[in-house]
Amino acid sequence: MDTLLNISNLSKSFPGVKANDDISLHVNKGEIVALLGENGAGKSTLVKAVFGLVRPDSGTITIKGESIAYGDTAAAISHGVGMVHQHFQLVPVMTVTENIILGDEPHKGMFLSMKAARQEVIELSKRHGLEVDPDSVVEDLPVGIQQRIEILKALRKDIDLLILDEPTAVLTPQEIDELLEVMRNLAASGVGVLFITHKLREVMAVADRVVVLRNGKLVGATTPSETDEEGLAQMMVGRNVVLQVDKGPAKAGEVVLSVENMTVKDSRGHEAVTNFSLELHAGEILGIAGVEGNGQRELVEAICGMRHRTTGTVKVAGVVAPDMDPRQVHLMGVSHIPEDREKDGLVASYSIADNLILNQFNLKPYATKGIRDFKVRDAYAEKLVEEFDIRTPSFENLASSLSGGNKQKVVVARELTQDLKVVVAAQPTRGVDVGSIEFIHNQLVSARDTGAGVLLVSAELDEILSLSDRIAVMFGGKIVAILPGEGADRQYIGRLMAGLTE
Amino acid sequence: MKLKITRDALVPFASVLVALAIGAILIAAQGHSPVQTYHVLIVRGFESTAGLQATLSKAGILIMSGLAITVGLRAGLFNIGAQGQVLSGALAATYIGYRIHGLPMYIHIPVALAFGALCGALVGGFAGLLKATRGVHEVISTIMLNSIMAAIVDYLTQNQFRLKSQPNTRTPDMLHSARLPHIFGYPTGFVLAVLLAIFVSWVFKKTTTGFELETVGRNRSAAWYAGISVKKSIVLGMLLSGAIAGLTGGLFSSETTGYFVPTFYGGIGFDGITIALLGRANPIAIIPGAILIGGMRSAQSAIQFEAGVSPDLINLLLALVLFFATAPFLAKLIRSNSKSITTTSGWGS
Ligand SMILES: Nc1ncnc2c1ncn2[C@@H]1O[C@H](COP(=O)(O)OP(=O)(O)O)[C@@H](O)[C@H]1O
Ligand SMILES: [Mg+2]
Repeated sequence: MDTLLNISNLSKSFPGVKANDDISLHVNKGEIVALLGENGAGKSTLVKAVFGLVRPDSGTITIKGESIAYGDTAAAISHGVGMVHQHFQLVPVMTVTENIILGDEPHKGMFLSMKAARQEVIELSKRHGLEVDPDSVVEDLPVGIQQRIEILKALRKDIDLLILDEPTAVLTPQEIDELLEVMRNLAASGVGVLFITHKLREVMAVADRVVVLRNGKLVGATTPSETDEEGLAQMMVGRNVVLQVDKGPAKAGEVVLSVENMTVKDSRGHEAVTNFSLELHAGEILGIAGVEGNGQRELVEAICGMRHRTTGTVKVAGVVAPDMDPRQVHLMGVSHIPEDREKDGLVASYSIADNLILNQFNLKPYATKGIRDFKVRDAYAEKLVEEFDIRTPSFENLASSLSGGNKQKVVVARELTQDLKVVVAAQPTRGVDVGSIEFIHNQLVSARDTGAGVLLVSAELDEILSLSDRIAVMFGGKIVAILPGEGADRQYIGRLMAGLTE
Repeated sequence: MKLKITRDALVPFASVLVALAIGAILIAAQGHSPVQTYHVLIVRGFESTAGLQATLSKAGILIMSGLAITVGLRAGLFNIGAQGQVLSGALAATYIGYRIHGLPMYIHIPVALAFGALCGALVGGFAGLLKATRGVHEVISTIMLNSIMAAIVDYLTQNQFRLKSQPNTRTPDMLHSARLPHIFGYPTGFVLAVLLAIFVSWVFKKTTTGFELETVGRNRSAAWYAGISVKKSIVLGMLLSGAIAGLTGGLFSSETTGYFVPTFYGGIGFDGITIALLGRANPIAIIPGAILIGGMRSAQSAIQFEAGVSPDLINLLLALVLFFATAPFLAKLIRSNSKSITTTSGWGS
């Protein structure tokens, strides 16, 4: 067997964390190796070390038997390594062609030859079956296509090893299947693939071998045939994880949220939600499935009073909710787990305690006649940190000091502890580790069981399927179908999400 | 939050020391004695009674204008226009001070100062309104308002408000009842400024209004999400900032000059920016910086007479202090406020 990549005894520390601790692994020619692990396990650090973006403290990296110097990206590239990063590295205002050729532009004499570049991009895209429009401007494209551009960029040079860092996080099921197919084709042609993901289903579907990292250490290696999803999850987290959410049947009650003929524009002034109507009952979880960018964000913001509604009404328990008044909507009993916790959900430079009362700081008992009461706040914060298992030395620490999963727990704790009729949860587990996902899912189910209506908006089809009592599929600013959650068919929903009706 | 000595807090001290060191080299290069020069600076600025009185009077004004900028910065607003607000407040307070007769001191002074604050608030609030409703950046609008206010006060001083019996352009003298008294020769304004600093600090620490302003300053989208009216806070922030700037101008008229000449108010509003940045937009932390700079300013002429060093040395020292103390802070501020071109972002981390 030809060993393509060999990592031995690699270690890397950042101030305060050992991101990689004595890791050894190899990838053979034509093999797909899945690198699995929770957030912060050290996966990105490891592959960045291979690509020369991170300088390891010790250990060796060899590619096709030749050892690679630390932190030498040029050497990695010249040895045939291509990498698709977790965070896209595209220039939004440039076209697809410009982005793909960036860094190694075809030229005639001293001038750039756009014609040759365009032709090259068209051929590249044909060869790999990844369709893109060479002239589109990147910022206008959906994330799924942006991902394709990243992959094409990596495939442009003949490569022997392709590294993919969480490439599927924002794709539709169809797009994921396509990507897995591309990976299989590459492997069949002899390319080694090192594939990072959180998603166990993908690992089971495509990997030849699985390597699991936890807290910077390699904790196990296995193959899909030797284990199952539960087994992989357990290796990742180090304890038993219940993947299937344990929930009884819904006891749906009165309508707590109704949206009637609502139209909403996005920030650029284009209609994002069109003539939208929906009813949510007390005691049910209504999942809104859909590829991101189909109006979910605008829908959620308009319901919560954060974005102007051009037409239509929103009623909470029969009472009309005001337009553009988040405070009032919140007081009516609507809590909101925002999609972008860093931007909307938290003030990074405030303490955890202040963040836990971010939308109640002006209410009793946290303030009386405009004067804040820190004793009450601190007692409340202490209780929530404990109850929601927010991992921090103190609630006085800044929110920015928390990891992604714990930041999300702060938001969830704040939003689910209040007296509520409606919970609007947008992408509640994005970028959150498996253990926290389990916890957040249970919290949403228990909010449902105490009589709240839960509107769950998620691009993660598995999340929708495991939590929802009813599923609405959103495409192009509209609901294209509503199905019962029981026995929903993921292939069918995936097609609806992609805008196919038949 | 507890008081911690962080690297951030050491920067202002370090920058003052570095500035003094560089100053010493320059003094020596000119053939003078740095030791003697700094000795004069300390004696004339802080040790002699007259020097200390002048220092505190200047420091009071600097604290106030520093507070004006600080309130804006905390709400995420860079009020470059304090200068125009100072001018309008000064002229307004002066006008009330010479025009209204027969009021007792304890009414006349507050009315004059309040009118100054009101006029400053109107100018600042107008910039806030422009930002909240039309999205006009406050740096742009306040720079323009500075020129507009300078022209307006000039016009008024040359015409309606002019003291005709004098050849130079100035207003009549404020009445005695509108002049802030000194207590044993020490300026009352300094005490007022310190009280105001304590009050502003309390507002940001303990009140919901302060929390709202600060939240808007730190993360506008999260503020809106949390139910805070961002527009209202922007207008309020500029209004308060302008009010304090106007009050600063009124105080300067009432305590120091006693009548209005536009050129008297030279750089008060701009000095406030220096002070606020030196104190890292912390209302209490700006006090020592204001005293230091006040002292340097009041010893400026003594340095020339007693040490033979050009008074420009003080300007140079202040520029150096500003440079070392604020460059990193300013860079951070600008970086966090500007939307730089970035590559597309992916998802979580
Ligand atoms: N540049 C960096 N500086 C400091 N700490 C870092 C840096 N990059 C990663 N880390 C830390 O190293 C650990 C592993 O991070 P990472 O490799 O990104 O994890 P993963 O990709 O598995 O989610 C985390 O604790 C993270 O906070
Ligand atoms: Mg990663």
